[in-house]
Amino acid sequence: MTRVAVIVFPGSNCDADTLAAAREAGSDAYYVWHRDADLRQADVVVLPGGFSYGDYLRSGAIARFSPIMGAVAAHARAGGPVLGICNGFQILCEAGLLPGGLMRNARLKFLSRPAWVRVESTDTPFTGLYDRGDVLEIPIAHGDGRYVVDERTAAELEASDRVVWRYVRDNPNGSTRDIAGVCNAGRNVVGIMPHPERRNAPILGGQDGARVFYAMEARHATQHAVDVRAVGDRHLRV
Amino acid sequence: MSRYRVQVRVMPRAALLDPQGQAVEHALHALGFGDVAQVRVGKHLVLEVKAATQEEAVAQARTMCDRLLANPVTEDYELAVEATR
Repeated sequence: MTRVAVIVFPGSNCDADTLAAAREAGSDAYYVWHRDADLRQADVVVLPGGFSYGDYLRSGAIARFSPIMGAVAAHARAGGPVLGICNGFQILCEAGLLPGGLMRNARLKFLSRPAWVRVESTDTPFTGLYDRGDVLEIPIAHGDGRYVVDERTAAELEASDRVVWRYVRDNPNGSTRDIAGVCNAGRNVVGIMPHPERRNAPILGGQDGARVFYAMEARHATQHAVDVRAVGDRHLRV
Repeated sequence: MSRYRVQVRVMPRAALLDPQGQAVEHALHALGFGDVAQVRVGKHLVLEVKAATQEEAVAQARTMCDRLLANPVTEDYELAVEATR
Protein backbone atom coordinates (compact mmCIF):
# COMPACT_ATOMS: atom_id res chain seq x y z
CA MET A 1 0.00 0.00 0.00
CA THR A 2 1.36 3.36 -1.00
CA ARG A 3 1.39 5.93 1.79
CA VAL A 4 -0.04 9.14 0.36
CA ALA A 5 0.26 12.33 2.44
CA VAL A 6 -2.35 14.96 1.53
CA ILE A 7 -1.14 18.30 2.89
CA VAL A 8 -3.82 20.52 4.41
CA PHE A 9 -3.23 24.28 4.41
CA PRO A 10 -5.62 26.84 5.87
CA GLY A 11 -7.89 27.40 2.87
CA SER A 12 -7.36 24.02 1.17
CA ASN A 13 -10.75 22.83 -0.05
CA CYS A 14 -9.99 19.82 -2.28
CA ASP A 15 -8.19 17.87 0.46
CA ALA A 16 -11.15 15.58 1.23
CA ASP A 17 -11.77 14.75 -2.45
CA THR A 18 -8.06 14.09 -2.99
CA LEU A 19 -7.87 11.81 0.05
CA ALA A 20 -10.98 9.93 -1.11
CA ALA A 21 -9.60 9.51 -4.65
CA ALA A 22 -6.29 8.13 -3.33
CA ARG A 23 -8.09 5.73 -0.97
CA GLU A 24 -10.42 4.64 -3.79
CA ALA A 25 -7.31 3.66 -5.74
CA GLY A 26 -6.14 1.52 -2.82
CA SER A 27 -3.62 3.84 -1.19
CA ASP A 28 -3.16 4.42 2.52
CA ALA A 29 -3.90 8.14 2.34
CA TYR A 30 -3.87 10.50 5.31
CA TYR A 31 -3.86 14.22 6.06
CA VAL A 32 -0.80 16.14 7.17
CA TRP A 33 -1.43 19.58 8.69
CA HIS A 34 0.74 22.34 7.21
CA ARG A 35 2.24 23.23 10.60
CA ASP A 36 3.63 19.72 11.06
CA ALA A 37 7.18 19.10 9.92
CA ASP A 38 6.95 15.34 9.42
CA LEU A 39 5.45 13.53 6.41
CA ARG A 40 5.16 10.29 8.45
CA GLN A 41 6.99 8.01 5.98
CA ALA A 42 5.01 9.14 2.96
CA ASP A 43 5.74 7.48 -0.38
CA VAL A 44 3.82 10.16 -2.27
CA VAL A 45 2.94 13.74 -1.32
CA VAL A 46 -0.08 15.55 -2.77
CA LEU A 47 -0.69 19.29 -2.41
CA PRO A 48 -4.43 19.67 -3.00
CA GLY A 49 -6.44 22.49 -4.51
CA GLY A 50 -8.03 25.38 -2.70
CA PHE A 51 -7.17 28.90 -1.66
CA SER A 52 -4.35 28.57 0.85
CA TYR A 53 -4.06 31.78 2.89
CA GLY A 54 -6.87 33.29 0.85
CA ASP A 55 -4.53 33.62 -2.15
CA TYR A 56 -3.19 36.73 -0.37
CA LEU A 57 -0.22 38.42 -2.07
CA ARG A 58 -0.12 35.74 -4.82
CA SER A 59 -1.67 32.27 -5.03
CA GLY A 60 0.59 29.90 -3.11
CA ALA A 61 3.09 32.60 -2.07
CA ILE A 62 2.51 32.30 1.67
CA ALA A 63 1.77 28.56 1.83
CA ARG A 64 5.20 27.81 0.41
CA PHE A 65 6.71 28.96 3.72
CA SER A 66 4.54 26.64 5.84
CA PRO A 67 6.64 24.40 8.14
CA ILE A 68 5.72 21.22 6.20
CA MET A 69 7.19 22.61 2.98
CA GLY A 70 10.73 21.92 4.23
CA ALA A 71 9.86 18.21 4.43
CA VAL A 72 8.09 18.35 1.05
CA ALA A 73 11.19 19.89 -0.57
CA ALA A 74 13.44 17.26 1.05
CA HIS A 75 11.11 14.48 -0.17
CA ALA A 76 11.23 16.00 -3.69
CA ARG A 77 15.03 16.35 -3.64
CA ALA A 78 15.31 12.67 -2.66
CA GLY A 79 13.30 11.77 -5.78
CA GLY A 80 9.99 11.18 -3.97
CA PRO A 81 6.83 11.76 -6.05
CA VAL A 82 5.03 15.05 -5.39
CA LEU A 83 1.80 16.08 -7.11
CA GLY A 84 0.38 19.61 -6.91
CA ILE A 85 -3.19 20.06 -8.07
CA CYS A 86 -4.43 23.60 -8.86
CA ASN A 87 -3.44 25.61 -5.76
CA GLY A 88 -0.93 22.82 -5.08
CA PHE A 89 0.61 23.52 -8.51
CA GLN A 90 0.76 27.22 -7.64
CA ILE A 91 2.50 26.42 -4.34
CA LEU A 92 5.08 24.18 -6.07
CA CYS A 93 5.88 26.99 -8.54
CA GLU A 94 6.19 29.54 -5.75
CA ALA A 95 8.45 27.13 -3.86
CA GLY A 96 10.72 26.81 -6.90
CA LEU A 97 10.09 23.05 -7.12
CA LEU A 98 8.53 23.58 -10.55
CA PRO A 99 9.50 26.19 -13.16
CA GLY A 100 7.21 29.06 -14.13
CA GLY A 101 4.32 30.71 -12.36
CA LEU A 102 0.52 30.98 -12.52
CA MET A 103 -1.13 34.31 -13.23
CA ARG A 104 -4.67 35.66 -13.49
CA ASN A 105 -6.74 34.00 -16.23
CA ALA A 106 -6.41 35.92 -19.49
CA ARG A 107 -10.11 36.77 -19.48
CA LEU A 108 -10.08 37.47 -15.72
CA LYS A 109 -13.09 35.30 -14.96
CA PHE A 110 -12.94 32.50 -12.39
CA LEU A 111 -13.61 29.33 -14.38
CA SER A 112 -15.37 26.29 -12.92
CA ARG A 113 -16.23 23.94 -15.76
CA PRO A 114 -15.00 20.88 -17.64
CA ALA A 115 -11.79 21.19 -19.64
CA TRP A 116 -10.05 18.82 -21.99
CA VAL A 117 -6.39 17.94 -21.66
CA ARG A 118 -4.14 15.69 -23.70
CA VAL A 119 -1.61 13.50 -21.94
CA GLU A 120 1.73 14.63 -23.41
CA SER A 121 4.07 12.60 -21.23
CA THR A 122 3.56 9.26 -19.52
CA ASP A 123 7.01 9.32 -17.97
CA THR A 124 5.94 10.59 -14.51
CA PRO A 125 4.76 8.83 -11.34
CA PHE A 126 1.21 10.11 -12.02
CA THR A 127 0.68 9.55 -15.74
CA GLY A 128 2.23 6.10 -16.26
CA LEU A 129 -1.15 4.40 -16.65
CA TYR A 130 -2.27 6.67 -19.51
CA ASP A 131 -1.21 6.50 -23.13
CA ARG A 132 0.44 9.48 -24.75
CA GLY A 133 -2.22 11.36 -26.69
CA ASP A 134 -5.14 10.32 -24.44
CA VAL A 135 -7.63 13.18 -24.24
CA LEU A 136 -9.20 13.49 -20.80
CA GLU A 137 -12.19 15.46 -19.61
CA ILE A 138 -11.23 16.90 -16.24
CA PRO A 139 -12.79 19.92 -14.51
CA ILE A 140 -10.98 23.16 -13.88
CA ALA A 141 -11.78 25.55 -11.03
CA HIS A 142 -9.36 28.46 -10.94
CA GLY A 143 -8.91 32.19 -11.28
CA ASP A 144 -5.11 32.13 -11.51
CA GLY A 145 -4.45 29.36 -13.99
CA ARG A 146 -2.47 31.06 -16.73
CA TYR A 147 0.85 29.23 -16.73
CA VAL A 148 3.67 31.57 -17.71
CA VAL A 149 7.32 30.78 -18.25
CA ASP A 150 10.02 32.51 -20.26
CA GLU A 151 10.51 31.35 -23.85
CA ARG A 152 13.84 29.67 -23.20
CA THR A 153 12.42 27.57 -20.34
CA ALA A 154 9.29 26.78 -22.38
CA ALA A 155 11.45 25.44 -25.21
CA GLU A 156 13.47 23.43 -22.71
CA LEU A 157 10.28 21.95 -21.21
CA GLU A 158 9.10 20.90 -24.66
CA ALA A 159 12.48 19.47 -25.66
CA SER A 160 12.80 17.41 -22.49
CA ASP A 161 9.23 16.03 -22.56
CA ARG A 162 8.30 17.95 -19.42
CA VAL A 163 4.97 19.31 -20.63
CA VAL A 164 2.80 16.61 -19.03
CA TRP A 165 -0.70 17.81 -19.97
CA ARG A 166 -1.85 20.31 -22.58
CA TYR A 167 -5.28 21.87 -23.06
CA VAL A 168 -7.05 20.83 -26.26
CA ARG A 169 -10.24 22.14 -27.91
CA ASP A 170 -9.69 25.48 -26.16
CA ASN A 171 -7.19 27.13 -23.85
CA PRO A 172 -9.33 28.30 -20.94
CA ASN A 173 -6.87 30.63 -19.25
CA GLY A 174 -4.37 31.82 -21.88
CA SER A 175 -1.51 29.63 -20.59
CA THR A 176 1.79 29.56 -22.47
CA ARG A 177 1.73 26.90 -25.23
CA ASP A 178 -1.63 25.61 -23.87
CA ILE A 179 0.22 24.06 -20.94
CA ALA A 180 -2.04 22.51 -18.26
CA GLY A 181 0.67 20.65 -16.30
CA VAL A 182 4.44 20.23 -16.14
CA CYS A 183 7.06 18.26 -14.26
CA ASN A 184 10.54 19.06 -12.90
CA ALA A 185 13.80 17.88 -14.45
CA GLY A 186 13.81 14.81 -12.18
CA ARG A 187 10.24 14.02 -13.39
CA ASN A 188 9.11 13.25 -9.82
CA VAL A 189 7.47 16.63 -9.10
CA VAL A 190 4.33 17.25 -11.17
CA GLY A 191 1.80 20.10 -11.23
CA ILE A 192 -1.59 20.21 -12.93
CA MET A 193 -4.27 22.92 -12.96
CA PRO A 194 -7.34 20.70 -13.66
CA HIS A 195 -8.70 18.49 -10.86
CA PRO A 196 -8.31 14.73 -11.54
CA GLU A 197 -9.76 13.99 -8.06
CA ARG A 198 -13.09 15.38 -9.29
CA ARG A 199 -13.37 12.81 -12.10
CA ASN A 200 -12.44 9.50 -10.54
CA ALA A 201 -15.84 7.72 -10.59
CA PRO A 202 -18.85 7.46 -12.91
CA ILE A 203 -21.04 9.10 -10.27
CA LEU A 204 -18.89 12.24 -10.64
CA GLY A 205 -19.56 12.37 -14.37
CA GLY A 206 -16.59 10.33 -15.49
CA GLN A 207 -13.37 8.68 -14.37
CA ASP A 208 -10.79 10.22 -16.67
CA GLY A 209 -8.79 11.40 -13.63
CA ALA A 210 -8.76 8.10 -11.74
CA ARG A 211 -5.57 6.75 -13.28
CA VAL A 212 -3.58 9.60 -11.73
CA PHE A 213 -4.33 7.95 -8.37
CA TYR A 214 -4.11 4.34 -9.54
CA ALA A 215 -0.65 5.18 -10.89
CA MET A 216 0.54 6.00 -7.36
CA GLU A 217 -0.47 2.52 -6.21
CA ALA A 218 0.73 0.74 -9.37
CA ARG A 219 4.12 2.40 -9.14
CA HIS A 220 4.46 1.13 -5.59
CA ALA A 221 3.45 -2.38 -6.62
CA THR A 222 5.99 -2.32 -9.45
CA GLN A 223 8.65 -1.16 -7.01
CA HIS A 224 7.98 -4.22 -4.83
CA ALA A 225 7.93 -6.54 -7.81
CA VAL A 226 11.38 -5.30 -8.76
CA ASP A 227 12.56 -5.92 -5.20
CA VAL A 228 11.29 -9.50 -5.37
CA ARG A 229 12.95 -10.20 -8.72
CA ALA A 230 16.20 -8.81 -7.42
CA VAL A 231 16.77 -11.98 -5.36
CA GLY A 232 16.60 -14.31 -8.34
CA ASP A 233 14.52 -17.48 -8.19
CA ARG A 234 13.77 -17.15 -4.51
CA HIS A 235 10.63 -15.19 -3.84
CA LEU A 236 11.89 -13.15 -1.01
CA ARG A 237 11.34 -9.50 -0.28
CA VAL A 238 14.63 -7.65 -0.02
CA MET B 1 18.95 51.61 14.96
CA SER B 2 16.64 53.86 12.99
CA ARG B 3 13.29 53.17 11.47
CA TYR B 4 12.89 53.21 7.73
CA ARG B 5 9.75 53.33 5.69
CA VAL B 6 9.90 50.98 2.72
CA GLN B 7 7.61 51.30 -0.26
CA VAL B 8 7.58 48.45 -2.76
CA ARG B 9 6.04 48.74 -6.18
CA VAL B 10 5.36 45.36 -7.75
CA MET B 11 4.37 45.23 -11.42
CA PRO B 12 3.61 42.33 -13.73
CA ARG B 13 6.53 41.69 -16.08
CA ALA B 14 6.31 44.03 -19.07
CA ALA B 15 6.41 41.15 -21.55
CA LEU B 16 3.45 39.36 -19.93
CA LEU B 17 -0.21 39.87 -20.65
CA ASP B 18 -1.85 42.03 -17.97
CA PRO B 19 -5.59 41.35 -18.30
CA GLN B 20 -6.41 43.62 -15.35
CA GLY B 21 -4.62 46.51 -17.05
CA GLN B 22 -6.48 45.78 -20.28
CA ALA B 23 -9.86 45.72 -18.50
CA VAL B 24 -9.13 49.05 -16.80
CA GLU B 25 -7.98 50.51 -20.12
CA HIS B 26 -11.22 49.45 -21.81
CA ALA B 27 -13.23 51.01 -18.97
CA LEU B 28 -11.31 54.28 -19.32
CA HIS B 29 -11.97 54.28 -23.07
CA ALA B 30 -15.68 53.72 -22.34
CA LEU B 31 -15.61 56.75 -20.02
CA GLY B 32 -14.36 58.88 -22.88
CA PHE B 33 -10.63 58.86 -22.10
CA GLY B 34 -9.89 57.69 -25.62
CA ASP B 35 -6.20 58.56 -25.57
CA VAL B 36 -5.35 56.27 -22.68
CA ALA B 37 -2.93 53.46 -23.53
CA GLN B 38 -0.56 51.01 -21.84
CA VAL B 39 -2.54 50.66 -18.61
CA ARG B 40 -0.99 48.17 -16.23
CA VAL B 41 -2.09 47.18 -12.74
CA GLY B 42 0.38 46.25 -10.03
CA LYS B 43 0.49 46.55 -6.27
CA HIS B 44 2.02 48.84 -3.72
CA LEU B 45 3.23 47.60 -0.35
CA VAL B 46 4.29 49.83 2.53
CA LEU B 47 6.20 48.62 5.56
CA GLU B 48 8.62 49.75 8.24
CA VAL B 49 11.95 48.16 9.16
CA LYS B 50 14.59 48.87 11.82
CA ALA B 51 18.13 49.07 10.51
CA ALA B 52 21.48 50.67 11.38
CA THR B 53 21.82 52.41 8.04
CA GLN B 54 19.80 53.21 4.96
CA GLU B 55 21.88 50.70 2.99
CA GLU B 56 21.03 47.96 5.45
CA ALA B 57 17.33 48.85 5.23
CA VAL B 58 17.51 48.64 1.43
CA ALA B 59 19.32 45.29 1.62
CA GLN B 60 16.66 43.92 4.00
CA ALA B 61 13.85 45.13 1.76
CA ARG B 62 15.50 43.63 -1.31
CA THR B 63 15.76 40.25 0.40
CA MET B 64 12.08 40.44 1.38
CA CYS B 65 11.12 41.15 -2.23
CA ASP B 66 13.29 38.35 -3.61
CA ARG B 67 11.95 35.81 -1.14
CA LEU B 68 8.28 36.74 -0.81
CA LEU B 69 6.94 40.10 -1.90
CA ALA B 70 7.55 39.67 -5.64
CA ASN B 71 7.73 36.58 -7.83
CA PRO B 72 10.78 36.93 -10.08
CA VAL B 73 9.15 34.74 -12.75
CA THR B 74 6.12 36.95 -13.23
CA GLU B 75 6.84 40.31 -11.59
CA ASP B 76 9.36 43.16 -11.32
CA TYR B 77 9.70 45.41 -8.31
CA GLU B 78 11.07 48.83 -7.37
CA LEU B 79 11.96 50.03 -3.90
CA ALA B 80 11.85 53.41 -2.21
CA VAL B 81 13.36 53.58 1.29
CA GLU B 82 13.38 56.65 3.54
CA ALA B 83 14.14 57.27 7.21
CA THR B 84 11.12 57.93 9.41
CA ARG B 85 11.20 60.21 12.45
